[in-house]
Amino acid sequence: MSLTEDEIAKLVDRLVEERVSKRLASVEQDLAALRGMVTQGGGNVPEDRTTMVVFSGELDPLFGAFTIALGSVAMGMEVSMFFTFWGLNALRVSKKYAGKSIGEKMVAAMLPSGPKSVPTSRMNMGGAGPIFFKYLMGQRNVESLPSMIAMAQEMGVRMVACETSMTVMGITREELLPGVEFGGVATYLDDAARSKVTLFI
Amino acid sequence: MASVELDCKGLNCPMPIVRISRTMKELQVGDQLQVEASDPSFQSDIEAWVRKMGHDLKSFEESQGVQKVVLEKRA
Repeated sequence: MSLTEDEIAKLVDRLVEERVSKRLASVEQDLAALRGMVTQGGGNVPEDRTTMVVFSGELDPLFGAFTIALGSVAMGMEVSMFFTFWGLNALRVSKKYAGKSIGEKMVAAMLPSGPKSVPTSRMNMGGAGPIFFKYLMGQRNVESLPSMIAMAQEMGVRMVACETSMTVMGITREELLPGVEFGGVATYLDDAARSKVTLFI
Repeated sequence: MASVELDCKGLNCPMPIVRISRTMKELQVGDQLQVEASDPSFQSDIEAWVRKMGHDLKSFEESQGVQKVVLEKRA
């Protein structure tokens, strides 16, 4: 059997094509596997985000929490704050008694009505401490807690109130700052798992 | 290139960097921002801030408790 030059060329082309596509197939397979790994990994790369659990409800830790929140935004980061238990005091704008049980009314009466009236964690001295500290802060031109909270909200800090601790404390949605979101532990963990900075305050 | 001045004297942490970041957002790449501040942590904070944000700290001077910096906006 003899082949013309044209036929030989075609045969060679076909053989080369076959071999190359066979090799290519395995390379493509590896590439797809790698791509999958990269996308999976991509989901776990932390975002430039600060996530905080704000558990404490006194002036000093709240001041720290909002300083970090505003600082994070200034550093170009996203911020999520999850308010639970005493921390909910920072988000209160009013105190309601109507429709609450006796126990809830008692808790409502004992809790501060908002960030303006939170105690200090040390040297509270029956309410004299916060007055004294606020006077000092004003003297030294340190931003007040309510104004820091307003700034944080305006600058796009995500604020989430923990529903379970609201139930325990008898706090209703209407008593909290408008614009606050509501969620649970999964909402917090979802943000925390993607954050470079996580804090419990 | 524009040059903007910002007075942060008398402000305490975190307000100087909050004000600076807000002002910087309004500027164009290459614009300069001159800041005066008196916060004791300002030098350390502004150095950290430019490192994080990628802007340039062109100069830092301090005299009689007032710190003056010149920042240049980068992309």
